[in-house]
Amino acid sequence: MSANDDLDRRLIVATQAGLPLVPRPYHALAEQLGTTADEVMARMNAMLERGTIRRIGAVPNHYAIGYTANGMSVWDVPDERIDELGAMVGALDFVTHAYHRPRALPAWPYNLFAMVHGSSREEVLAKVSEIEALLGGDCRCHDVLFSTEILKKTGLRISNSAG
Amino acid sequence: MPKPTPAPLDEIDRRIIDALQGDFPVCDRPYAAAAQRLGIEEGELIARLQSMLARKVLTRFGPMFQIERMGGAFVLAAMAVPAAEWDRVNSAVNAFAEVAHNYRRESALDTPFNMWFVLATETKEGIAAAVEKIETATGLPVYPFPKLKEYFVEMKLVVRNAGEAA
Repeated sequence: MSANDDLDRRLIVATQAGLPLVPRPYHALAEQLGTTADEVMARMNAMLERGTIRRIGAVPNHYAIGYTANGMSVWDVPDERIDELGAMVGALDFVTHAYHRPRALPAWPYNLFAMVHGSSREEVLAKVSEIEALLGGDCRCHDVLFSTEILKKTGLRISNSAG
Repeated sequence: MPKPTPAPLDEIDRRIIDALQGDFPVCDRPYAAAAQRLGIEEGELIARLQSMLARKVLTRFGPMFQIERMGGAFVLAAMAVPAAEWDRVNSAVNAFAEVAHNYRRESALDTPFNMWFVLATETKEGIAAAVEKIETATGLPVYPFPKLKEYFVEMKLVVRNAGEAA
């Protein structure tokens, strides 16, 4: 691993729990990592550009900001139509994530997952009905899994040692 | 189990959450720059972020990494955990650093998969190793659901109903 990659890696380890809450956070990171603030900022910008950093900002606890109902809707649709259907479902403004995932037969027949957030289960179920109407005859069966408890939410944690 | 309730948030907290789910600046005084956009002082923004983190209104404040771009992997996985073994399995699963988050879920159709977690590992091979470790630790099978295709991903939720009864 090159020295360049190593600094990126050390930056990730230093910031994965959060950015320092001080007026000059990139200077604080530079001091901690033995480099300059300009270098830290250049690395952050480069990682943003490459997509290694998706974005920098606040991650809200969705329960705390009023989204107390969170439904993972799951759908069994024909594999040969899934990309078309997935794009349609993903384009709905109340769907925050939509993925094609493998089935786990026989227990799990669903191959399209769409996350729907709302203030109540009724609101989520009403939105799920809209998805059902949109999919029409392409939907063979579906279910909605509501989260009842956050058991853990730490996000990515890579270890301090390389490799 | 306690029913989650929205936290009391004032109008400034809400504006901070709505405005700062991305686009936090990379510059010498980023909190000052972000605070200026919000019409508040730098010190107030920092204090409010600290408070919202302490109250768990925010789970994190900082960069969100896309581990796939560094050769790693994020994979959703599920388990069917019998009620009598819930606490033991929950502790065992959450003890793994590879488990980035974990949710208990239920469905009207009584899906057997009631524990859903995301594995985040630095290499693609790390996923299979983590699955095996969790299966060994819990004695239960783990079902990975890797994404074959992502149709949309944007997780910017506008604050609503916060502070009011849900």
